[in-house]
Amino acid sequence: MYSQMVKSTGKAVPTLAELSPEDRAFQKRIDRGEKIEPKEYMPDAYRKNLIRQIGQHAHSEIVGQLPEGNWITRAPTLERKANLLAKVQDEAGHGLYLYCAAETLGVSRDELYQMLHDGQMKYSSIFNYPTLTWADMGAVGWLVDGAAIMNQVPLQRTSYGPYARAMVRICKEESFHQRQGFHIMIAMAKNGTPEQFRMAQDALNRFWYPSLMMFGPSDKDSVHSAQSMAWKIKMNTNDELRQKFVDETAPQAEFLGLTIPDEKLKWNEATGHYDFSEPDWNEFYDVLNGNGPCNTERLDTRKKAWADGAWVREGMMAHAEKKALKAAKAG
Amino acid sequence: MTESKEWPLWEIFIRGQHGMSHRHVGSLHAPDAERAIKNARDVYTRRNEGTSIWVVEASSITASSPSDKGPLYEPSRDKVYRHPSFYDIPDDAGNM
Ligand SMILES: [Fe+2]
Ligand SMILES: [Fe+2]
Repeated sequence: MYSQMVKSTGKAVPTLAELSPEDRAFQKRIDRGEKIEPKEYMPDAYRKNLIRQIGQHAHSEIVGQLPEGNWITRAPTLERKANLLAKVQDEAGHGLYLYCAAETLGVSRDELYQMLHDGQMKYSSIFNYPTLTWADMGAVGWLVDGAAIMNQVPLQRTSYGPYARAMVRICKEESFHQRQGFHIMIAMAKNGTPEQFRMAQDALNRFWYPSLMMFGPSDKDSVHSAQSMAWKIKMNTNDELRQKFVDETAPQAEFLGLTIPDEKLKWNEATGHYDFSEPDWNEFYDVLNGNGPCNTERLDTRKKAWADGAWVREGMMAHAEKKALKAAKAG
Repeated sequence: MTESKEWPLWEIFIRGQHGMSHRHVGSLHAPDAERAIKNARDVYTRRNEGTSIWVVEASSITASSPSDKGPLYEPSRDKVYRHPSFYDIPDDAGNM
């Protein structure tokens, strides 16, 4: 989801007997529910997959600031502005926790940025959609953070210690994000003017399917997830989480008096779940491959921020080194 | 774009409200200790989590190695008498 397309080996998951003695001992530790810590033995593929997954997750938090940052200066009230600013600041922190977790696997922060900037690493497709009206701030908090929570809560139990601990911190902060979004939706859809209601409905129309895409391709097309699940770096299948999201969100939409843009969406008494239409997967792959409405803009903004900030990073480092030298001489 | 030197990594320890010891909360990059404290304030105490911050440059930490788990911790395994529950005290001795 925040890391939608982490390709692993693509091979079937080997049985315990097929593994080398080290890898077998490693898998048994995971099966027992032990946490793997940075300096401990881990198969190379586990390390590589985690770097990709945590890296993508971190990039999503950082790039995810852009669509909402777009509205901070235009928030309708000072209170909403303070709420949104606090939320976007939290996302910067989430990016930081995750980058630090990835760094414990032997990749540097600069390398991670580099891989984002040159397109080797992705971020969630959801952030390549534009935020056109203030109602989008409601829809993003409600749906996008809602989907993120659904994915992140189980990841608190993931096998890699630093990743699990980052998730615990993130989950603590996340529910405020969804609530402030839903609060905006209530103000516009339930207590607002007819025009505000229309804006809220329009935001839901545009964000619904992209939110469903956040969970990644359908299980029948995501052949890579079995190994990740054996390693406990993925805790649920894409379809499980997507279903859970729809089940939780549909009644909320009803509460708001809004219509989810899916004629097939219907409570199914037999399954105990909502039936719903899958998103357009061609659109998903297209956006992931760089052709979404905002891909170029998002990446250019990140690259520019990195380049424009270089003199600050260098200046502060030079100042710190000069001070350290002075202190050494004086001592 | 010139390659600039990456800011060093700092490990962050925070003491919460309730008089507990400082606890490791995470890490961050900063050019020096002073800035590391400011950054830690900004990231790790956004909701009144702390009353005191320690920062330690990650490269200055010496850690036990995972392969030493046996030799380091095995010796205390068979010393159950270090725990109060090892000692059976008759009920009529009163609360202890
Ligand atoms: Fe987040
Ligand atoms: Fe969030």
